Amino acid sequence: MTGTIWWSIVGCTVVTVLIKGFGPVVMGGRDLPPRLARVIVLMAPALLAALVVTSALADGDRWHLGADTVGVAVGGAVLVLTRAGLLSAVLVATAVTAGLRLLG
Amino acid sequence: MLGDPADERRKRRGSFRDGVRAGLPYAAVGGLLSMSFGLLARDAGFPVEAAIVMSGIVFAGSAQFAAVAILAGGGSAGAAVAAAALMNSRFLPMGVALGPSLPGNAAWRAVQGQTVVDASWAMANRGDGTFDRWFLFGSTAPQYATWVGGTVLGALGGVLLGDTARFGLDAIYPMFFLGLLLAEIKDRRSGAVALAGGAVALALVEVTPAGVPVLVASLVSLWGLRRRREPA
Repeated sequence: MTGTIWWSIVGCTVVTVLIKGFGPVVMGGRDLPPRLARVIVLMAPALLAALVVTSALADGDRWHLGADTVGVAVGGAVLVLTRAGLLSAVLVATAVTAGLRLLG
Repeated sequence: MLGDPADERRKRRGSFRDGVRAGLPYAAVGGLLSMSFGLLARDAGFPVEAAIVMSGIVFAGSAQFAAVAILAGGGSAGAAVAAAALMNSRFLPMGVALGPSLPGNAAWRAVQGQTVVDASWAMANRGDGTFDRWFLFGSTAPQYATWVGGTVLGALGGVLLGDTARFGLDAIYPMFFLGLLLAEIKDRRSGAVALAGGAVALALVEVTPAGVPVLVASLVSLWGLRRRREPA
């Protein structure tokens, strides 16, 4: 098991370095055509929304609604509707999730 | 074309400082997240030093969680690395976007590209397709510090806490991404792209391996290729 763990760490390091380095190596020093620039600006909302959805509403390759989904919904409402900062909203989300698990 | 070098240095320092300040809330959240990573890694059988080394050199939260989850479920090193690569694949388009804003030769650009994490990349984006690289470095610095520090605390404290789900720590990840997303929704178009990206990812969850829905959802940004009638 320990060997598997260390090999996984080595593998994760290599793929992460390669993936993060690829774009800068290939695209460096070029001017971006304006239409491509617009695509890049829109990539952030698309990626981030997908990450929110898959981490709040799914568990691996299954849809999943749980205490954490409710916690994120409440924390998200706090973030959107009040002037609370991200850290306070995260604390609300974890507290609601933990509270529901305590009750359920 | 180049300004006064002293002036240039001052501007860089200013960008770096602004980046550090902007990165602090994400560093705080990242610290909580990495504490739970340390706890989960220990639960999965990681020696304390392995959890810490992984955070120090991989430094990619969702990839680390994915890899540990697979190892905890009895998966092989190959499966764990593949899952990490899929989770990290979002750094591919991010790096392509960042590339033109990085100076220097290929190796030096690749090194600078290692500083990309979700929050820094999103915040260093000037909104016109270019990036402020010193802002990027600045906002990543505190996030790296708390990521490694949190892992140390989590891995060492795991013994005291026991079951981590009890504390609702799994709600931290989506909240982290939600905070970034809200800052990125600037107009109707970015809002529509976010909705579409979320819908695509949700629709694919049960039909593709984990990690793929996020990749495919990023293709929604190709909407930007459409010619617009009026200027932005």
